[in-house]
Amino acid sequence: MAQSPYRERILDHYRNPRHRGRLEGPDLVGEADNPVCGDRVRLELRLDEAEQVVEAAFGGDGCVISMAAASMLAEQVHGLNLEELRGLTEKDMLAMLGVELGRARTQCALMPLRALQAALKALPTR
Amino acid sequence: MKLDIERVRADFPILLRQIHDKPLIFLDSAASSQKPLPVLQAMEAAYRQCYANVHRGVYTLSEEATCSYEAARDKVASFINARAREEVIFTRNTTEAINLVAYTWGRANIGPGDRILLTEMEHHSNIVPWQVLAQERGAELVYLPVTDDGRLQMDRLDDLLDERVKLVAVTMMSNVLGTITPVREIVRRAHAIGAVVLVDGAQGVPHLPVDVQDIGCDFLAFSGHKMCGPSGIGVLYGREALLEGMPPFLGGGDMIRRVELHRSTWNDLPWKFEAGTPAIVEGIGLGAAVDYLEGLGMEAVAAHERETVAYALERLAALPGMRILGPPAEARGGVVAFTFRDIHPHDLAHLLDLEGIAVRAGHHCAQPLHKRLGLVATTRASFYLYNTPQEADRLAEALEKAARILGKAG
Ligand SMILES: Cc1ncc(COP(=O)(O)O)c(C=O)c1O
Repeated sequence: MAQSPYRERILDHYRNPRHRGRLEGPDLVGEADNPVCGDRVRLELRLDEAEQVVEAAFGGDGCVISMAAASMLAEQVHGLNLEELRGLTEKDMLAMLGVELGRARTQCALMPLRALQAALKALPTR
Repeated sequence: MKLDIERVRADFPILLRQIHDKPLIFLDSAASSQKPLPVLQAMEAAYRQCYANVHRGVYTLSEEATCSYEAARDKVASFINARAREEVIFTRNTTEAINLVAYTWGRANIGPGDRILLTEMEHHSNIVPWQVLAQERGAELVYLPVTDDGRLQMDRLDDLLDERVKLVAVTMMSNVLGTITPVREIVRRAHAIGAVVLVDGAQGVPHLPVDVQDIGCDFLAFSGHKMCGPSGIGVLYGREALLEGMPPFLGGGDMIRRVELHRSTWNDLPWKFEAGTPAIVEGIGLGAAVDYLEGLGMEAVAAHERETVAYALERLAALPGMRILGPPAEARGGVVAFTFRDIHPHDLAHLLDLEGIAVRAGHHCAQPLHKRLGLVATTRASFYLYNTPQEADRLAEALEKAARILGKAG
């Protein structure tokens, strides 16, 4: 039997999101959306000289799963460099949430990762 | 006659399922309905005992398969009171039936400057085919608006119906608002200016008694899978004179009379529009579904749904933070779409699933309607002949529980 993903850790990220807001002059910005439900996530990152994330912020509207995932991702990217950011996989994103999700809800969980990937894609290659 | 709900439920084996250790409460029949035993048995019997390709075969099995498949057409024709079996074309679903009209009748009859009148409550499958046609032919789409409580603004109809309108395409029942539309009246007024009328019966035909002669429509499209039949089979009803005048849709086997190297002649109705091997057993299954519904009586089915939905509306409306879309019970069918507190529809549908309750979350293939109502997505519970007022109670309780889990105040 599938367990409820609506557990305390996820609900806590949903109710008390970490790093929700905007950065002034971010180095990286990416967005992702899901037209089926109108959800959208925006992820903003600031990098230092070593191209490591020093600050992250997210915004958007969405369900518990997508917003909790965005909050967790914004927390987890701290200190990662570009290569490590590029290396983040769907599996990593789902592991952060740590709950079992069906096919449909997995799309909600992956939206923040899609926003990160969009941000990396938009990055001018240096 | 009143439905014997316990007997009806016993006909649907899937209703015995447990989901997350709770009895299944299936409230997504507007998307696709469950199937009763007589349909399952008819299809299994067809495969086990009389399966072969239909039409050209001389041998016994093919004769039998053809008879069962064509008998299904007779059943459908009588179910909607078509004048003749030739007016019943089998398609894959409503979507294909509408596209058939757009590609054949539409290409032959719609030109630059012509208008196609739709309504703001249409399903995407009664919008997109007309957009494609309008773009191709330089025609224009116009929309009959809906009121805030989800009815068609009938007082705007005559303004919009001018001599440029060649086609009116309208749903019989909204799959989001539940609104039952006055199709008979729309047909009358559209015919007065010489427009052809296509009725999207995807929600209407499974839930209401339908008589195409009484409605007077030129085309009616519906899907087997929403009316206790299998997926993969749908129907286009068309008035014979119109169908006769239309070019064929897909070319291939079965739809031809004679093929030469550089030209062909077309088969008679209805086969002119049925190219290739059809969904044989699905057609037979649809015939069994029609028998099943007629056995219960569509008046009884509709009355049962009205009662159940009236109760559900009352029960749900009492929850703080509930916004129900659409008109009051007397103007609607079995569909109840809503928003609840500010809980995201995906979360609601997920939390309800954990209670064994199947509902749908999203825009239900009606994005323009959601936009009109200032929404992106809603949660939709849809009721059918096997649903009970007790299930509406369970839905209301599960919604309250969801609100508690997410800690959302009304
Ligand atoms: C009003 C309406 N029209 C058309 C359709 C499309 O039906 P199908 O997907 O079977 O072609 C639906 C189904 O969701 C519907 O509710």
